[in-house]
Amino acid sequence: MARCCSRSRVHGADLPRRNPSAFRAAVDAGADAVYCGFRDETNARNFPGLNFSREELGEAIAYAHCHGSKVLVALNTFMRAGAEEIWYEGAREASRLGADALILADMGLMAYVTENLPEQRLHVSVQASASNADAISFLVDAFGAKRVVLPRTLTIDDIARISKAVTCEIEVFVFGGLCVMAEGRCALSSYATGKSPNMNGVCSPASHVRYRREDNEMVSELGGYTINRFGNDEPAGYPTLCKGRFDIGEACGYAFEDPVSLDVMSEIDALRAAGVSALKIEGRQRGKAYVAEVVSTLKAALDADPERRAVLLSRLRGLSEGQKTTSGAYEKKWR
Amino acid sequence: MTSTELTLGPVYYLWDGPKWRDFYFRIADEAPVSRVIVGETVCSKRQHLVDPYMDAVTERLEAAGKEVVVSTYALVTLMRETKKLRALAANGDRLVEVNDLSAFMYLDSRPHTVGPLVNVYNAATARLLKTRGATTLCLPPELPMSSITAIAVGDPGVELEIFAFGRVPLAISARCAHARSKNKIKDNCQFVCAEDPDGLDVRTLDRQPFLSLNGVQTMSHTCQALLGELDALRSAGVSRFRLSPQNCDMVAVAEVYRAVLDGSLDVETGKARLTAIYPDVPLSNGFLYGKEGAAFVEHAADS
Repeated sequence: MARCCSRSRVHGADLPRRNPSAFRAAVDAGADAVYCGFRDETNARNFPGLNFSREELGEAIAYAHCHGSKVLVALNTFMRAGAEEIWYEGAREASRLGADALILADMGLMAYVTENLPEQRLHVSVQASASNADAISFLVDAFGAKRVVLPRTLTIDDIARISKAVTCEIEVFVFGGLCVMAEGRCALSSYATGKSPNMNGVCSPASHVRYRREDNEMVSELGGYTINRFGNDEPAGYPTLCKGRFDIGEACGYAFEDPVSLDVMSEIDALRAAGVSALKIEGRQRGKAYVAEVVSTLKAALDADPERRAVLLSRLRGLSEGQKTTSGAYEKKWR
Repeated sequence: MTSTELTLGPVYYLWDGPKWRDFYFRIADEAPVSRVIVGETVCSKRQHLVDPYMDAVTERLEAAGKEVVVSTYALVTLMRETKKLRALAANGDRLVEVNDLSAFMYLDSRPHTVGPLVNVYNAATARLLKTRGATTLCLPPELPMSSITAIAVGDPGVELEIFAFGRVPLAISARCAHARSKNKIKDNCQFVCAEDPDGLDVRTLDRQPFLSLNGVQTMSHTCQALLGELDALRSAGVSRFRLSPQNCDMVAVAEVYRAVLDGSLDVETGKARLTAIYPDVPLSNGFLYGKEGAAFVEHAADS
């Protein structure tokens, strides 16, 4: 790690977990850190079949530490009023099991951890919506945050400016899902379904999805709203609300964002120069083969020369959602 | 029970300057609201369109006995946004309303209010913000009654406010879908959002009204209208209700809420009046019941 850091400030490739076997795939493929969560409403990926029991987390942390990876535990939903103890207990358990950091969004929970688990390293989740240097400095001052995950609303220039002005580490998303809206501040899903990322850890949940055939079209619905219609020549994508096709005035199409996923790996050098110290790979509901392929390829790309890197990265394009990718807000023209 | 007050939230839309000014002049003269939040909240590009009228508006409101609170940006990413926010926070003449975490840094525990776009989901967070100077918290519109009650029971020591009328601010983005829908990009948007003073309808491909665009902000198509729930909220410990300006007669809206709160108007008549004042936009209250926000739940207490 020290040698890696001397070459570059980018030393992290943080991988999400799907389940214990995908977690081990990430560790085996060389992720510097793997983030995961408990199997309940305390984390923003509260999907059926995902996440860890207490016992599984303990085993995962032991496995990761044995192989030189860190484990970051996400407790990044907002505490349900009156049920705060679920989150407090999650924080205590993760800490007791040896989590290297807790990824938190709720300021009330941050205050609890600062007060009751003062030795525990604290990371600011993207769900906390710290989108500028002063918001980050506030969280560093108030809760001793050591790292912030930046929202996917910033350009690389913005990131460089922030990184110079703050005293904590910066982590950014580089590969995987793309939120068009400022994370942690989006109630679109709960408007249509009653279930939200902030409160329930879900967005556009499968429980509210329906597909129906109408003449020659496949219609996808969320909470009874048509999110898209697909002709026979189009694959019917999942109806994530902000990636749907809508009618606006005279126009009809993808109102917020095309069904694309994020890929800014070609900008690694610019991100590194901007002061980013960890790259986050988002991969909710992905299998262990995907995790292994993405981690090992990106890890190799970090240290490769530009030509070799291009070859490595082109391999990943085929893995992306809908096979189309964007650099999102990292490039100013996206706005 | 202490008295229950009404707050007029900031105008989220881009209205032309004279319309914006005249709207507030009439609020000053006629609306039964005790506090008015004024100032651009959604997009810093609009700031110069509001600025020329700001002094006249705040003076008129204050002369009429309203408490003026200055709104701040909901999403702060640019240097000019940071500078503006810092300047507003440094000005000790009026309270500011916090909509982005960075404001806490500049306020340094001086008194302020916290808007509905800051994530306060529990009493622990409410208490924390109280210690940092918050005097009123307008809770996030997606909170169900059970959470509101639990926050109030947790006795955070601040005034609790609930978003009671208006299209609900659901999301904000760095990208402007409003400009995009008119083949513009944000950096050269030509202020096309001003063409839609009550937002631009987003319909499903089956032509069902769904959402509403307001620049970088996405709002509900429905108008949140908590009327039958006011008593229960008041009993739970809520002492302020927020009316969010729509392109309709907001003086009349405020009169309906005041009359229902005072017991001089029944809920059903109040609801019928709201529908007449703001026609063509369905009312909703689903968030409060833990259901989808677009839903309208008929409450037993309504009848």
